[in-house]
Amino acid sequence: MSKLLRQSFCLLLVMTIITGVLYPLAATGLAQLIFPHQANGSLIVKDGKPVGSALIGQSFTDPKYFWGRPSATSPNAYNASSSSGSNLGPTNPALTDAVKQRIAALRAADPGNTAPVPVDLVTASGSGLDPQISPAAAQYQLARVASARGLSASQVQALVSEYTEGRQLGMLGEPRVDVLQLNLALDSQRSTSSSHRGED
Amino acid sequence: MTTNDCLQIAVFLIVLLLLVKPVGSYMALVFADAPNRVTRLGGRIERGIYRLCGISHSEDMGWKRYALAMLLFNVLGVLVVFVLQRVQQWLPLNPQHFGAVSSDSAMNTAISFASNTNWQGYAGESTMSYLTQMLGLAVQNFLSAATGIAVLVAVVRGFSRRSAKGLGNFWVDLTRSTLYLLMPLSLLMTVLLVSQGVVQNFKPYVDVPVLQASSYATTAKDAAGHDLTTQTAVTTQTLPMGPAASQIAIKQLGTNGGGFFNANSAHPYENPTPLSNFIEMLAIFLIPGGLCYMFGKQVGDRRQGWAILATMLVIFIPLTIGLVAAEQAGNPALHGLAIDAHASATQAGGNMEGKETRFGIASSGLFAAITTAASCGAVNAMHDSLTPLGGLVPMWLMQLGEVIFGGVGSGLYGMLAFAVVAVFIAGLMVGRTPEYLGKKIEAYEMKMASLAVLLPCALVVICTAIAVMVPAGVAGVANPGAHGFSEILYAVSSASNNNGSAFGGLSANTPFWNVLLGLCMFFARFPLAIAMLAMAGSLASKRHVPESAGTLPTHTPLFVTLLACVVIVVGALTFLPALALGPIAEQLMSAH
Repeated sequence: MSKLLRQSFCLLLVMTIITGVLYPLAATGLAQLIFPHQANGSLIVKDGKPVGSALIGQSFTDPKYFWGRPSATSPNAYNASSSSGSNLGPTNPALTDAVKQRIAALRAADPGNTAPVPVDLVTASGSGLDPQISPAAAQYQLARVASARGLSASQVQALVSEYTEGRQLGMLGEPRVDVLQLNLALDSQRSTSSSHRGED
Repeated sequence: MTTNDCLQIAVFLIVLLLLVKPVGSYMALVFADAPNRVTRLGGRIERGIYRLCGISHSEDMGWKRYALAMLLFNVLGVLVVFVLQRVQQWLPLNPQHFGAVSSDSAMNTAISFASNTNWQGYAGESTMSYLTQMLGLAVQNFLSAATGIAVLVAVVRGFSRRSAKGLGNFWVDLTRSTLYLLMPLSLLMTVLLVSQGVVQNFKPYVDVPVLQASSYATTAKDAAGHDLTTQTAVTTQTLPMGPAASQIAIKQLGTNGGGFFNANSAHPYENPTPLSNFIEMLAIFLIPGGLCYMFGKQVGDRRQGWAILATMLVIFIPLTIGLVAAEQAGNPALHGLAIDAHASATQAGGNMEGKETRFGIASSGLFAAITTAASCGAVNAMHDSLTPLGGLVPMWLMQLGEVIFGGVGSGLYGMLAFAVVAVFIAGLMVGRTPEYLGKKIEAYEMKMASLAVLLPCALVVICTAIAVMVPAGVAGVANPGAHGFSEILYAVSSASNNNGSAFGGLSANTPFWNVLLGLCMFFARFPLAIAMLAMAGSLASKRHVPESAGTLPTHTPLFVTLLACVVIVVGALTFLPALALGPIAEQLMSAH
């Protein structure tokens, strides 16, 4: 018994060093060597400063931006240091109410658009940080964003297509549109198009 | 279900089946008694460890000594993780300055990680320091998985050895699982995951400006009892960092399931793309699947391993299809609202509450089935928000005893307990002494197998009853009605089968829940493993009985059917009444 205890203690110590110290250090070394951009959070850098992560969504409620998935993080939406889903059960009246409110908010921002709302635009994501929406959800918002920015639908459509990814390897997952990157591109397009006007 | 849903499931199964043989053959070499090219490769490191710890690697342990070593090693692991959490505020690698974890939560988490359950009452990114995650949780991810594999290897020796006293050496089996199997696979997987965007660094959290500033209101009561509303502006977003990929690799490969971040594999830094998701799903089934092949090889008849694997698939595939179909059909409660939930070329449709856009229905549904069939418990979608029938599948997969692939090692030894019960029932039908793999199954083996089969069932039923009768148990429930009962049933089923996933609405970080579930996890893991070692010890000492005309062949479709029926009948008889009060009642109510 005491021999087994001694062996337990020693082996636990050795294994802690191997799996708890050497392994993460080796893994970090490899990751930083081969994929430094990804290993450090896939940050989007603009003028030398990080302005967000390509993988972490942000909250948008302004009609001139594409809105992302509803987020259930607290205390505010898209709180990246507290990822969480809503955990509302399917028959919970609070879920139905939340969906109704989201439909109403989308309609208020875009009066006249009476199309049914794509389901991912009114249901909270699992992480609360989902960076993407379905192409259907982007199409639903396209006319609103274009008119709020005074851009033509085809200009916005071109950007949406640029930030749309298909299924990975042609079959895995779902097609999706990157919301933050699309909105960043929209903002920079406006500044370039207005500077063009200045040159004219 | 859409064509793509079916395609994703089919591709997963094909890739899995292609990997079963190579992984299984490799593991057969790792755990072989005779030295071979694999064990010679790391022989020097291995021998160094044994010398350092005064371990004689040629010592052949009887079942009692093997079980005692296993128990001591794991209890010591529990204590270390507990202490680490309690003193993390004084230790280095804590850039966010997290304080000590409460004693009940620390006890729960320590048992949880040592028992390969990885139930998480806490939120990773706001509770645990990098040091605690690395030296405590990540280490137990490896060692609890290695323990499961070691016990399985010993149980298989019980069948393959003849008139033998020992079951092998726990220290050697544990060390070899870690060095030759879990570490190399984890390193490979870490690199694959990082390539997709999983973070792996030791940096403090990064603050970035948000594109659209916003604010939120919080209401508090002032001294006079009036509501005070304060507006807080949000101009930055804090991005979590850390050595996530290395921990995620082993949490999937070791069927642990404890996430680095609170949202687990739904978090974009933990599972950024459909490909990372595919890798994470594959990793869960890789070792449990390979072990079936290894088992066949070790007992000298590969068909025996394939038969066990076939039994697992016979139960897994229809339940997975049921889950994905239920989720693709959408949430009936939202029918009639102005939403479009039809699957099309531009959206997944279905029930998207709690799911990520990149995974949609197929990749989320398949993940949910895999993680609960195996006792992994990682989630890439919030199970609490699954449709009633979609949520029934993961719950029942756990309640079947985590033997459909199950935990690494523990799933297969659980299934072998069912196989012993199945041959016993067949023996009763034809009036012959039952045998399995050339070993006579007698009263002692039956007692141990029954104990292993019934212990988790009893834990689930009894502890659910306790939780619903005690105010502290019901207090944690988040959703009203039948779904609230489902949350409790799910939590106890998860802990009592060492799964670790949750209907996350339940507020389980309370003393009552931490203690109840902590006990469930401990008693589901260790007494069951000891019962199987006892059975193996008895089997190893027996002579080999040559096959006769009266022997029931255990590699045939007939036996696969019989075994699947035994698993399903035990699971259905025990849990249908409880399921009727939870998900089935909810489904019936939502249909009206």
